[in-house]
Amino acid sequence: MPEAAVVRWRADVIGIFFIIIVGALLAVMGAAHAIDGPFQAQMWTMLAALLLGGAALLHQVTKPPQQSDATRYENGVVKAGVIASMFWAVAGLLVGLIIALQLAFPNIFYFPDFGWLNFGRLRPLHTSAVIFAFGGNVLIATSFYVVQRTCRARLAGGLWPWFVFWGYQLFIVLAGTGYLMGITESREYAEPPWYTDIWLTIVWVAYLLVFLGTIWKRQEKHIYVANWFYLAFIVTIAMLHIVNNLAIPVDFAGSFSYSLFSGVQDALTQWWYGHNAVGFFLTAGFLAIMYYFVPKRAERPIYSYRLSIVHFWALIFLYIWAGPHHLHYTALPQWAQTLGMTFSIMLWMPSWGGMINGLMTLSGAWDKLRTDAVLRMLVVSVAFYGMSTFEGPMMSVRAVNSLSHYTDWTIGHVHSGALGWVGFVSFGALYCLAPWLWKRQRLYSMALVDWHFWIATIGIVLYITSMWVAGIMQGLMWRAYNEFGFLEYSFVETVQAMHPYYIIRAIGGGLYLTGALIMVYNLWRTARGDAPSFERATDVPAAGVLAAAE
Amino acid sequence: MWSFHKWFERHSLILLIGILVVVSIGGIVQIAPLFFIDSTIERVQGVRPYTPLELAGREIYIQEGCYVCHSQMIRPLRDEVERYGHYSLAAESMYDHPFQWGSKRTGPDLARVGGRYSDEWHRAHLMNPRSVVPESVMPPYAFLAQQDLDASHMDEHLRVNRMLHVPYTEDQVAHADADAAAQATPDSDAASDFSRRYPNAAVRDFDGDPSRVTKMDALIAYLQMLGTGVDFSTYHADAPENQR
Repeated sequence: MPEAAVVRWRADVIGIFFIIIVGALLAVMGAAHAIDGPFQAQMWTMLAALLLGGAALLHQVTKPPQQSDATRYENGVVKAGVIASMFWAVAGLLVGLIIALQLAFPNIFYFPDFGWLNFGRLRPLHTSAVIFAFGGNVLIATSFYVVQRTCRARLAGGLWPWFVFWGYQLFIVLAGTGYLMGITESREYAEPPWYTDIWLTIVWVAYLLVFLGTIWKRQEKHIYVANWFYLAFIVTIAMLHIVNNLAIPVDFAGSFSYSLFSGVQDALTQWWYGHNAVGFFLTAGFLAIMYYFVPKRAERPIYSYRLSIVHFWALIFLYIWAGPHHLHYTALPQWAQTLGMTFSIMLWMPSWGGMINGLMTLSGAWDKLRTDAVLRMLVVSVAFYGMSTFEGPMMSVRAVNSLSHYTDWTIGHVHSGALGWVGFVSFGALYCLAPWLWKRQRLYSMALVDWHFWIATIGIVLYITSMWVAGIMQGLMWRAYNEFGFLEYSFVETVQAMHPYYIIRAIGGGLYLTGALIMVYNLWRTARGDAPSFERATDVPAAGVLAAAE
Repeated sequence: MWSFHKWFERHSLILLIGILVVVSIGGIVQIAPLFFIDSTIERVQGVRPYTPLELAGREIYIQEGCYVCHSQMIRPLRDEVERYGHYSLAAESMYDHPFQWGSKRTGPDLARVGGRYSDEWHRAHLMNPRSVVPESVMPPYAFLAQQDLDASHMDEHLRVNRMLHVPYTEDQVAHADADAAAQATPDSDAASDFSRRYPNAAVRDFDGDPSRVTKMDALIAYLQMLGTGVDFSTYHADAPENQR
């Protein structure tokens, strides 16, 4: 084994041990001085996780790396990422189904004795679990896979990728259990408390360095387009996360904090973050997935290199301006609202640039949509991306927004993007990854992928159409006047009118969850290496799988 | 012209800096002016910092995730102004760290809910929303009436707010813990001290249980003061000082 590799490997271990020891000491001090019970529980959780991590690291130290490791791709952490992604997908979707049922049947699904199961605490759990736990794990796993292949280099940093993976899981556990105990900053999609934010910052810096370090080791002259998007996602999320979470804790042994900004300034900072969590976490990151997995699966080159350049820079420049469209008609100055609206409409073009580049990559390979359900899932995700990036600019127009804002139309819009685009492109990528990583000839069953695709698609359609109808109806009822010039409906009448649509929405969500469970079964059987149970005409391995599995 | 882009594609640090520059511009142009222009840092008569009990109630409002279903931002649209009251002013949330404007109305807007319903109604509604509004989909919060309010760190809360330029006096910070209980304990010496420090705040037993101060007291105290600061019989939106 080369001497330098030994030294570097030890430096990783020492660095991670240092973080674990300092973290464990702080956790013990926090638990000892805690001013509120939930904070104490969080510190014990942190301590337990860090001790477990330390034990696992000690186990690693006694087992030095293999000589051949340096020349191989690091697949273990990607495999772990695939498993974690599916675990959190099921968890997040299940919580979503529960809160949908709570709104449909409040008498059945609320428990007066268990306040921690109330909608207000479960809703952040749902959003964080699907966006950050599922989405985040998919992004980390695929970025680690893609950056190695497109740079022809092993992941940089020795054990640091594993630190990123487990550190991120700890962030999720701390945030999620915190919500259930009422620990939140009340900033939508940025609810974790100050200490969890600091932990995420440490993990994220390690993530950036592992990613950049791999690019630095590359044996290709050019950085592939997927990596531009991953890089933009990682650095911009870091910037947004740090600025939006600036806060002063009430006590360094307590969970509650006060944000640095207040009122108008705070609102715009939050929605500058909130909209770009969509723009960079849920769009740029997943476009990176599209740019690797669609051409790979279709076995066609990217449609247009120039389009990818133009739409990359235009997308990241314009997205940042779009935040104020969440604050139309509020106390935010009108010039800021107008800027937000204008840039949101302009954003339509680079968004569709990405869609066109993804869809047209199938030129000459459209017939594969008939036989390959995985490719179909990837392509339909791009179609949903196109749809929601048209709907979004439309809803950002002030006149439309006066109707749609505060209603369930927004919820429907978010889910056409989340279930259709983010969900499907992730599922497509994970279906590709499972046979590649576990070195299988093919997926266990293509028929089950078909079932997953259709059940989930019907689920999405039920979800978004019911929320369109419900949202527009709600908005119209709020502003309806009777012939005497009085408001036609009381607020609670609009709540009552939502009931059937809340039921349809819950059914849609249930179908989507069912699809995800089918997928878990299929991936599990694939990883185990089980032979296909039966063959069908459509049940043939896609050539791309064989080629990539080498 | 396209070959120019190879600089970004071949040098990761140039790409990184390029990304950082491009994504910084929008935020700087939009957010930075808000800290300086008059219309967003105006002061309006009547807007006051929260009392310790209200601040504790606000913490419960945040912990329970009320903001996910209730907005606190009335838009200047005819139906909203008629349904909820005068549209919200920037100054009315100037002491909100963080803001509670919300983004969704599964339930109604709460920006001016203060004084609209009695304490008894709030109590019954929070205990079981469907006992007073049969069609409601809101969760029950009966447990709040069972839990004593821990006000032992309210001085720290006020001190942090003071660091953030919320104008609490030394006197108010020093007596914050006691003031939290005093506001829900009328006819006591502490209550008259409290009223001297916070002349415009209501002193009542909000939760109907005079024997103790519960989380229910705090939450109702907070709800009952929402939007009550500015006197809109004397506030004129078109007055020159409000036209900035």
